[in-house]
Amino acid sequence: MPKIVLEGLVKRYGSFEVLHGIDLEMEEDEFTVFVGPSGCGKSTTLRMIAGLESVTEGEIYIDGKPVSQLEPKARDLAMVFQDYALYPHMNVAKNMSFALRLQRMPKAEIDAKISAVAETLGLTDFLHRKPGELSGGQRQRVAMGRALTRDSSTFLFDEPLSNLDAKLRGQMRAELALMSQRVKKNMIYVTHDQIEAMTLADRIVVMNGGYIQQQGSPEELFKNPANKFVAGFLGMPPMNFLDGEITEKSGEIFVQGQGFSVKLSHQKAEAARAHSGRSVTLGVRPSDLVYDPAAAEDQSLLVSIIVSEYIGAQTVLLCDCGGQKVEVELKSTIPIDRNGQLRFAINPEGVHLFDKKTEIAL
Amino acid sequence: MNIANKANRLTPYVFMAPAAIILAVALLYPIGYMIYASFLDWSPSQRIGEADFVGLRNYVNLMHDAAFRESFWVTVKFAAVVVTLEMFIGVGLALLLDRNIKGMSFLRTIFILPMMIAPIVVGLMWRYMYHPTVGIFNRTLKDWGFEGIPWLSDSTWAFVAVVMADVWQWTPFIFILSLAAMQSLPRSALEAAEIDGASDMQKVIHIKLPLMLPVLIVTLMLRLIDAFKVLEVIMVLTNGGPGLSTEIVAMRIFRTAQEFQELGEAAAMSNTLLMVLMALTIGMFAYNKMQEGRAAKMQAMAAKGTA
Ligand SMILES: Nc1ncnc2c1ncn2[C@@H]1O[C@H](COP(=O)(O)OP(=O)(O)OP(=O)(O)O)[C@@H](O)[C@H]1O
Ligand SMILES: [Mg+2]
Repeated sequence: MPKIVLEGLVKRYGSFEVLHGIDLEMEEDEFTVFVGPSGCGKSTTLRMIAGLESVTEGEIYIDGKPVSQLEPKARDLAMVFQDYALYPHMNVAKNMSFALRLQRMPKAEIDAKISAVAETLGLTDFLHRKPGELSGGQRQRVAMGRALTRDSSTFLFDEPLSNLDAKLRGQMRAELALMSQRVKKNMIYVTHDQIEAMTLADRIVVMNGGYIQQQGSPEELFKNPANKFVAGFLGMPPMNFLDGEITEKSGEIFVQGQGFSVKLSHQKAEAARAHSGRSVTLGVRPSDLVYDPAAAEDQSLLVSIIVSEYIGAQTVLLCDCGGQKVEVELKSTIPIDRNGQLRFAINPEGVHLFDKKTEIAL
Repeated sequence: MNIANKANRLTPYVFMAPAAIILAVALLYPIGYMIYASFLDWSPSQRIGEADFVGLRNYVNLMHDAAFRESFWVTVKFAAVVVTLEMFIGVGLALLLDRNIKGMSFLRTIFILPMMIAPIVVGLMWRYMYHPTVGIFNRTLKDWGFEGIPWLSDSTWAFVAVVMADVWQWTPFIFILSLAAMQSLPRSALEAAEIDGASDMQKVIHIKLPLMLPVLIVTLMLRLIDAFKVLEVIMVLTNGGPGLSTEIVAMRIFRTAQEFQELGEAAAMSNTLLMVLMALTIGMFAYNKMQEGRAAKMQAMAAKGTA
């Protein structure tokens, strides 16, 4: 369906600037996911696309046409609000069918549509209740249902699954993935959930403090984060950061810090050579650290356990490495010496280097 | 049961006693006095003890009193017409002025001014405006080349005249309450309606009015009760005339007591009016109860459903 483009989008409330120039091109039928910490401007961006917030500067284009002066209803979109925004005086069925009734769709058709959507969302038993008589998760599903009954070209979701239990959330996620494959629509989706972002997105947009930090496919962002913020934001448990310095010893490039000295692979070394002597942050994901007592000293970290969190098949260990904190994962069945020192081998491909000051990837 | 325990249980009643006594003296005594008086044949020259007890005769007389029936009918007509007009205009204005434009708060203040003027003054003001020769209405009509209207001397026009004055004075009451109701409506539901493709009119009909309904119904009841008791403006404007065309019940009661010196009869009329107003008030409370009851039932059902 249409291609949505944001160009230099700025939002100010009075003199308080919330968005500082958002540039973003979303391809047709793309599933775009906005992630970022609370208060970074995700909802504001979404609401500007929807036409609920005025555009201070910049422009929004839908299919090449500037729309920032258009009313929401002229933009042909459906939206799930972060606070649900249900109609308190209408029951669930009426809430979900409001748009259809306004369009004067035949009653039989509406009923069929509502019962189908209610079925997928597990709301069949609640169709005659008012929102005030539903639990938070049920309300959120109604909000979802209200959007899904629509046949708009663009769907906006503002944290649509945040209030559901883990199982239901998994089901809904699968349902959404299925829907995005089946019906070719633009979807713009805000979430705090890593898994939702990674599994659903064609394109992830990482925001922070009113700026876009990086955008790209989930794989791109995961493998090549543009800066320390993106690296730390995506992935669970989050990436470890260790302060160090780039040093050169007999032609080899090392990152050296308190309690570790890691030799870089050829490929990484090429990029790092020019920065010899510079203070850097070494980033490495827990998944790139493998317990291996026999690992070479310059290919591993030596750590001691501070806290261990048993989470079933895996155990997450918070460890100390030369005064800096490191999280690692371990199969719960592996026997370890809890009081001694453990050696974790570093996957050479999993080494990320960031400039200490600018935090930009080297 | 020991004494301390008993004292504990009585404490709340002791604290409530002053309020209860004041209530009894200030409220129940006059009403009781009036009910008692309605069973008497009592003229102002007598002390209440000297008046003859006549049982229900005053009430029986009322039923056969064509003038009272007429005044009752005038009151109902008046209340129905003014409250309907005020509701439409008041809510309509609130819908129009519920937006954030510069100067809107000033405009709102202007709109509620009439409510703050004493009814007698309102009556006098309108009487001058309705004056057959120098009043603003007739002067304007003459300037435009029309005949003057006999505002207060024709029985039909007199009714229109008092209705207009009342609407002018009390529309602001409805306006301000509906504006308050409107501004506490959930913003997000209105935004959702916009996304769902509702036009401004559809938002009013499907979202705003239904959500305001409870407030509107209470407002309507309050206004209705008030309209049944209207007196001052009409007294100043027409004094009930011409004929009995604008003689509302309150006016009739006043005249029965003042001119005809029939205190017992006047008390009986007051009681009749009181009973009508009581019925309206009970209706209002019943409506509230019904709403709460329905909500509670739904909640109970919801609880059972999720259990
Ligand atoms: N009406 C407003 N007036 C002033 N500031 C506002 C207003 N609405 C939002 N903000 C500010 O704009 C910033 C971005 O808000 P926004 O709702 O877009 O955050 P978000 O990324 O959706 O956060 P969350 O994940 O918590 O929902 C916040 O700092 C917020 O305080
Ligand atoms: Mg938000």
